[in-house]
This record gives sequence, structure tokens and C-alpha cells, in this order.
Amino acid sequence: MNSIIIEARDIVTAFGDMLIHDHINCSIRKNEIYALLGGSGSGKSTLLREMILLQHPKSGTLKVLGIDLNTITPLEAQNLRRQWGVLFQSGALYSSLTVGENIAMLYHEYTDLPPKLIDELVGIKIDLVGLPPHARFLYPSELSGGMVKRAALARALALDPKLLFLDEPTSGLDPLSSRQFDALIAQLRDLLGLTVVMVTHDLDTIHHIIDRFALLGEKKVIAEGTLNEVLQYNHPIIDYFFQRGSYGIKD
Amino acid sequence: MQSSSTAHLEIINEHFHTLLQCSGMWTLPYLSTVAYQLETLNPESSVIWDVSHISEIDSAGIALWQLYHRAFEHKGLESKLIGANPDHDKLYRLLYSHTYEPEQPPKTHSWLYVLGHETHQNILGIGTFLAFLGEAFVLLVYTLLHPTQIRYRSIVAHIFATGATALPIIALSAFLIGVVVAYQSIVQLQKFGADIFIVDMIGISLTRELAPLITAIVVAGRSGSAFTAQIGAMKMTQEIDAMKTMGFDPFTFLVWPRVIALMIVMPLLIFFADIIGIFGGMVIAQAQSHLSFSEFVHRLQGALPIKHYIIGVVKGPFFAFLIAIVSTYRGFQVSMNTESIGYYTTKSVVNSIFLVIACDAIFSVLLTELKL
Repeated sequence: MNSIIIEARDIVTAFGDMLIHDHINCSIRKNEIYALLGGSGSGKSTLLREMILLQHPKSGTLKVLGIDLNTITPLEAQNLRRQWGVLFQSGALYSSLTVGENIAMLYHEYTDLPPKLIDELVGIKIDLVGLPPHARFLYPSELSGGMVKRAALARALALDPKLLFLDEPTSGLDPLSSRQFDALIAQLRDLLGLTVVMVTHDLDTIHHIIDRFALLGEKKVIAEGTLNEVLQYNHPIIDYFFQRGSYGIKD
Repeated sequence: MQSSSTAHLEIINEHFHTLLQCSGMWTLPYLSTVAYQLETLNPESSVIWDVSHISEIDSAGIALWQLYHRAFEHKGLESKLIGANPDHDKLYRLLYSHTYEPEQPPKTHSWLYVLGHETHQNILGIGTFLAFLGEAFVLLVYTLLHPTQIRYRSIVAHIFATGATALPIIALSAFLIGVVVAYQSIVQLQKFGADIFIVDMIGISLTRELAPLITAIVVAGRSGSAFTAQIGAMKMTQEIDAMKTMGFDPFTFLVWPRVIALMIVMPLLIFFADIIGIFGGMVIAQAQSHLSFSEFVHRLQGALPIKHYIIGVVKGPFFAFLIAIVSTYRGFQVSMNTESIGYYTTKSVVNSIFLVIACDAIFSVLLTELKL
């Protein structure tokens, strides 16, 4: 049931002389919403980038969907990339294409479905993420920040991935949109059987939809587990991150 | 019932209805054959979809069913679904929670409208360019009245970037132009035994016309495009907005340092191109008609009045002004998408080369009329 989807063992990452990860371990199970937490510069985005093959750790093994990323062949990598969707922090929509074309591009490249069906699929993905129907004809430069996030999520969901990576999905959204976004992610996880890995700073998101998380700090994983499990530990970074004792999460 | 590694659709025609027996994996990678089966299907009686044997379905599967469900109903046929399990139902509800209505794409306009619109835009473009020029000059006057505001460091940095680092490519271009002109003319002059006039030919044509023009074209391609791309990128990253909010005027900080630097550098580059171009001619003259370097230089002193050289060099600041002002203006026009940087950089180079040639033509007519 709780099979492991992503497993990181002894990951070491360094940029030049600067050590980012010092023997990091974490594992992400099927069908859970997992977060990488930590202050700025704690290397959580770097870890996410390593999981999606944009960067390579200096040493250590990283397995995604059972495939070791150290020994992956280009063909396997291409297959793997079709099984995940990635939402970048700034959206990263192709600015020369409309929102609809941004989504349809994946269907045109990877399937041979008839245009009518692609059209229908683009329509429902846009509707699914809560964008108005006319949004498909707009260019990314004509969208507001929140709409860009939604459009990027629609694109990430285009191929019905089993694994969804989100880099700060709620940053730059208003509180209500953030909660709607969270609810949408949770609903998608339940209905589509997704596994979601996200980098986030949003305490409400952590509180409401995250199942388990890893808290990164001091180049290590300080704690991994559910919120209640992690709050049992006593560590200054945990106290600081969850603002324990002040206006954050109460003991 | 069927092997479940792909999507299947069995069409059973019965008396009063068409039964569509769906089975297998109705997921994205397997749907294309089923989609074409449905496309060619033309039922005449009510349709019943039996989905009880579908092993796995995703949004594409649901969308496919919904698309043809609607199409059949549109034809006035009844379309019923049997055997849906709660999972299918939940997914359907998620995907079609709102009454989804396909939106018509915005209308495209007739060619006449496009022509009129483009013409109007171009006329407005002249206006905005003049406004840009006007604002630039207002700020130039202001800066000159407050000399502490002049960005000396920036000017020097641009002199280095647009001048010193351009020397190799300008040397190469000017040398080759000298070689080409000398080679072509020497063949003609030899027919008349007038080889010695190669010196006049090279001296006058290079210093007066060719060296300034070639230098301006190389600079427009090299520095003009760089100016547009630099300012465009700054605009995209909101750096220009940040400068404005801090009270750093983009004209004093970005436009004038580039314009002034280029206006200082261009005459120097033209002078450099003159020397290298004439040297190129000398090399060919020696190789082709055994005219030694010292003879060439001796003849050049008599054959090349100083005015040709001065006219060539004086054109420099004018060309420089046109290149720099057009390319910075195009930089400010870049909008928030990555394609526009390329678009405006191309436009800036094309515009500035055109303006340089037009300006050269005006010089040529004016100076000839003035008997210079």
C-alpha cells in the first residue's frame, strides 16, 4: 500500500566549495502530499531540482518511481518525464504560446489524439484549475499572477501524471486563492491517485493538506514525518520554523 | 473480458439501440484508436455506453466519452451510460463540475482591418519615437545644467565595450573591404595602364564613404543589438521600474551614456578603419601591380585631400547618434514576453542600418551640392 515513490539516500550536493546537502535521506510514499520545508537557502529547491533531473547530486542515490537517477538511460529519462508534471514557481509558461497552446502542446507531442478531443481536454483542464474559459486564448503576459499559477498547474496536469512536483505553489496568491489551490491539490490527489511533492513556506498549506514533510536545515534533514511527529522533537530550527509559542502552531 | 493493456471499444448494433461495450485502459496513451472508431461511428438509434469493464480511466477517457455523448445528443439521439462505478463518477464530477461550455476562439480580422491597424500603429510609432527623443533631450539639457549627474563611469564603460572590444572585427571588415575594392579596381585600371590611380581610388572611396559605412554597420549589428537586448532584459525584470521608483532616470542612466559613448567612439573607429582599409589596398597594390608601400604612401599624400578624410570622420557622430538612440528606444519597447526581445532587437538593427544609409545619402547629396 505505502510503497515508496521517491527515495533519497545520502545525497551530497555542493556548488564549488559550498556544501548544500550533507548526506540527506528522505522517502516519499505513494499517494501522499509531501513537502520539503526549510528556510531560504536550505537547499529544498535544489533537492526538488535533483528529483526532476535538472541537476545532479555530487554523490548519493536518488530513486524516482523505482528508477535510479544515477544510472538512468536517456530513454528511461524521457519516459519518466512523461509520468510527472512540474509546476515552477514563476509558472514558466511558454510566452509565445497562448494558455491553450501551452497545454495542447503536450498532447500534440506525446499522443495522436484527434484535434477535437485535444480541444475538449484543454477545455476541461482549464476549467479544472478554475480558470475562466476565455483564458485559453490569452498569452501568459496577459494573465495575473494567480492565473499564471493556475495555467501552469493545468499544463502540469495535462498528461494525467502520477507524480506532481510543485515549487511554491501558493506563493504570490491571495489567502483565499491559496486555500482553493490547496483544496484543489488535495482533491486531485484523492481522485487521480497523485503523489504530490512540494516546496512551500505557507504554514496554512502545511497545516491543512500536507501528510508528511522533511524539514531541511544546517545542510541536513532535521526531521521527517507528520506535523505531530515532528513537533515532538526539540530543535531550535523546528521551533523557529513553526513559530512555536508565539502566534504559530500551538503546542 | 478483453486484455487490459489497451483500450477497446466493441460496437454492437441491436434492434433499438447501439451498444458500445467499453473495456480496457481508457487512458491517454491508448485512446487514439478508440477515438477514431467513435469518429467514424454514425449511430442511427439510441446509444448505450457500457463502461463496466473499463479497468482504468483518466481525464482523457472521460473527456472522450463526454465529447461523443454530447455529439450524439446533439444529433437528437439518446445516449445512456451503464455500469459506471463510483470512481468514474467522482472523476467525472471533478472534471465537469461546472457546466463546461466550449468557448469560441476570438475572431480574426479581415486583411483590410489588419492593414489599417498596422498603418495606424506605425503612425503612432513615429509619435512615440518623437516623444522619446523629446524626453531624452529635455533630460540632456537638465543633465548638462547639473554636470554632477553625468554618468562618467558608465560612459567610459560603454566606450570600452563598444569601442575597444570592437577593434578586431572592424579591422577585419575594413581590411577585407580595402582588399575587395583594390582588387576589383586594379583589374580595370590596368587596362588603361593607369595602375597608379589605385591610390586615389582607395584613398578617396575608403575614407569618404566605405570606412564610415562599414564601421557603422558593424557597430549597429554589434552594439546596437546589445543596447536593445540589455535594456529589454532590464525592462522584463522590472529593473527599469525599480530605477524609476528610486529616482534614477532611465535617460540619464541608460540612454545618454550609451549615446555619448558611441558618439565619441565612432569617429575613432572610422579613423582606425581608414588606416586598416588603406593598408588592405596597399597589400593588393603591391601584390598585383608591384606598387611598393613607400610609393603608395608618397602618392597618397598628393592624391588624398584632407577634406575627404574629415567628411568621413564627421559622419561618425551622426551615425552613432542614430544607432544608439534607435536601439535604446527599441529596448524600452520590449514587453513582458521572451519573444519580444528578439523581435525588437531585430527591428533595432534593421532600423539603425537603414537610418545610417539614409543619413549617408543625405550627406552625399548635401556635400556634393556644396562642392565639397
